[in-house]
Amino acid sequence: MKKEVLNYPDKKHFYPKSNPRWGKEEETEIFGQNVKLFRRGKMSEDDFRRFRLQHGAYGSRLQQNYSMIRIKVPSGEVTPEQLQKIATLSEAFSIGSAHVSTRQNIQLHWVQLEDVSEVMRGLVEVGLTTREACGNTVRNVMCSHFAGVCPDEAFDSTPYAMATARFFLRNPVCQNLPRKFKINFACCSNHGLVRIADIGLIPMKKDGAIGFKIYLGGGLGAASFIGYLLEEFTPEERLVSTCMAAVRLFDRLGNRENMARNRMRYLVNEMGWEKFQKLVIKERTNVEMTISLETLNRYKVESEGPNIRQLSNGRKLPLINEKVDINSDPYKRWIHSNVIPQKQNGYFVVFVTLGAGDITSNQLRSLAKTIQTYSGEGCARNTPNQNFAVRFVKARDLPEFYNELAKTGLANPGALTMSSAVGCSGTTSCNLAITNSHRLAKEIQSKFIELGFDTEDDLRDSTIKISGCPNSCGQHEIATIGFYGGASRIDGTMTPTYTMMFGGKDGEDGVLGKSVMRVPAKRVISTIIKIIDIYRQERNTNESLAMWVSKLIKGVPNTNRTAKNLDDIKTALMETTSLPSPQDDPDAYMDYGNDVKFSAKTARGECAA
Amino acid sequence: MRSLKYATKEKKSKSILSRNHSTSNLQDIVTSADILRTLIRKNAVRVVDVRKEDDYKKEHIKTAISIPLARVLDNDTPEKIVLLLEQSGISDKTPVVVYDDTFGALAARVAWTFQYVGHANTSLLETTFANWKSYGFETEKKINVFPKAKHSLRVNNDIFANYDEVEKAKSEQNKILVDSRERLNFLSEHIPGATNLPYTMLGTSESILRDPQEIKRFMENRGISKDDEVITYCGSVGTLSGLAYFALRMGGVKKIRLYSRSFKEWKKLGKPIEEFKDANFWDLSAE
Repeated sequence: MKKEVLNYPDKKHFYPKSNPRWGKEEETEIFGQNVKLFRRGKMSEDDFRRFRLQHGAYGSRLQQNYSMIRIKVPSGEVTPEQLQKIATLSEAFSIGSAHVSTRQNIQLHWVQLEDVSEVMRGLVEVGLTTREACGNTVRNVMCSHFAGVCPDEAFDSTPYAMATARFFLRNPVCQNLPRKFKINFACCSNHGLVRIADIGLIPMKKDGAIGFKIYLGGGLGAASFIGYLLEEFTPEERLVSTCMAAVRLFDRLGNRENMARNRMRYLVNEMGWEKFQKLVIKERTNVEMTISLETLNRYKVESEGPNIRQLSNGRKLPLINEKVDINSDPYKRWIHSNVIPQKQNGYFVVFVTLGAGDITSNQLRSLAKTIQTYSGEGCARNTPNQNFAVRFVKARDLPEFYNELAKTGLANPGALTMSSAVGCSGTTSCNLAITNSHRLAKEIQSKFIELGFDTEDDLRDSTIKISGCPNSCGQHEIATIGFYGGASRIDGTMTPTYTMMFGGKDGEDGVLGKSVMRVPAKRVISTIIKIIDIYRQERNTNESLAMWVSKLIKGVPNTNRTAKNLDDIKTALMETTSLPSPQDDPDAYMDYGNDVKFSAKTARGECAA
Repeated sequence: MRSLKYATKEKKSKSILSRNHSTSNLQDIVTSADILRTLIRKNAVRVVDVRKEDDYKKEHIKTAISIPLARVLDNDTPEKIVLLLEQSGISDKTPVVVYDDTFGALAARVAWTFQYVGHANTSLLETTFANWKSYGFETEKKINVFPKAKHSLRVNNDIFANYDEVEKAKSEQNKILVDSRERLNFLSEHIPGATNLPYTMLGTSESILRDPQEIKRFMENRGISKDDEVITYCGSVGTLSGLAYFALRMGGVKKIRLYSRSFKEWKKLGKPIEEFKDANFWDLSAE
């Protein structure tokens, strides 16, 4: 009984997480020195770029004097202390806000190159690092934000994800791969980006043994692939050797010549899966037979153990399943679309809605305070949907939690619905971007909340994801309705447009969306609304938008309906997607955030550098 | 009698100030809350509150007088500023400590103005009024008036820059133009050749200016040396750049001027500006 009280996530019983020590002070010093050498012309631009990327600093859009600093957040786990530090650093050196990425990183934009070492210094204090957040390395290791609380998981994969992240960070085996390398852990077959990573892992148990289902060779990009299953079951003892085998094969056999085709997924698909599969199995044995204890000791799951707490049985929360509509009380609407129960009885995961991942320093501080006050695990996770999940929150604390968030404008509804559109940074900071995908995602969100789409349960399992170019940082290919930016000449005028894709999905049965048609940037919102209109007329009973869209893509005919197939839908959208002449409506030919004629400007991307 | 007593106290206080502050030029710039409390107790300082008069009337640091920034800006000639000093009972030798509630920027602009007309013995309170109050230090509501004093006028042109000097700075070596506005304002448009040192970098939540070592490091990172000649500017009236002026002095820059009319005048005069329109960085803001 007493134990329960002690472990209750009360304001008085906050258990701070220990400092994870991902960062190293020396690295910040070296970074500062190298910036000076580069500025004095004593280090070449190419050499410096390589160094800079290895330390997580990208060049900003058409402005090499500024950096985007990518803070690696393994498993997305952040502490209140870290959030407060990020708030302070952003205010001082960035633009007063931070940005949650689609791979659980947190990014600070437009930092002057001269100040990057100062930001790194601050991050190290709270245990964070930017090391190997960019460059040809093992990038941030992701883990489902439900790991540890998911009712369908075999076990909590977080400690494995953390141990894997620590194993590869600064590991000589992966400092100069042919290209970047991504590892994603799921909690169960529904939650997680396992089929679109170089290595995707789903925890499972077999005959009482703990292990994983491992997928290899997936990934999104200009050409995307869904990963292949290595074997039915990989016991936990073989996790590290399997990952190492894949990394080593890629290092050895990956394409170092053609930057456009050098991710592991190309190697896998050029060689053929069966051949690659055999090589991995063989290489794994090589690793196991030759690995030194020293290397093996880099991998320590037990030291990454979760904070296991004895949890009391809390109250149920009937509100969650209660129907809401646009006129519902804001609190009820929020509960309905932002809160879900955990496997631990009486505890809830609360999602904090952001606009395309943006959060101001003040909001970060307020979020830090709410985590400190209400989360039983003393931390939160940022998610690939560009928001934060605060876990182990008690039912009775939810109203207060909501009120606290509302004070800084963080209590918008719709985090778990299609109204929270994902948008990469686009032309707000990225060299490769053609369109302002970031602003578009935010425009969609505010419009959809205004229309109350977050309250409609049939839209709930659908997602909207937008990238500003074909490179998929916005993960548009796994969205129900996805978009990627481009430029088209319409009526003789260069116009920002998006290619619309239907029917993508994440999880173990992940599928890639299929391209449907091009839509001018300023018609994207009305097009989605039109699609929803058509869906409402054409749907069968109990058919969600996602199901309906997936059926269209698979070509399942809607025999007794007006819109029988995808072509009918395209025809029905023609009117919405067409533009009046540029003379009649010049704005329709411009991108969001601009009042001048559109022109597609890009510079060399650094992802591949 | 009263004025005599005051004069002796003032003399003594000056020795406190100089004992603590004369060892290096760095510490002249800010006065710690502790030292200010001592000076107030000894009645050996003129404390100047530059917030709005209404705020002053509600509550202010003990013995403070009210000289709102707006009044300083309205009295836009050295002669009028000297008159303002005299009316506030500030003589040539009165140590002055200025404070605000706006992270030091308003106080900095006023302090710079006093120094410009010849009152060198002006420093900034290291913290804001809100912090002072939260520490539980002495405040009062009483409106303080002091007998009129005599103050001479010795304009210090070495710390002032006009647009002409700014324009020339571009082409001269070892002259550095510092823009102290926030990053996105700077990115949108700035005076050609300027380097950005946002005011947000200069202080912390406790102190209006960071530790001199940190300021020095920031300068060094940017390649600003103590021997460079620096001109600071900001958006409109020289508040943010006033703070940068003191920060860089604290970092050891010897020759530094404030372009007090800043970017507002520069634009109005139709001088060239550097713009950056190829990124929608404003759309990253969450509000």
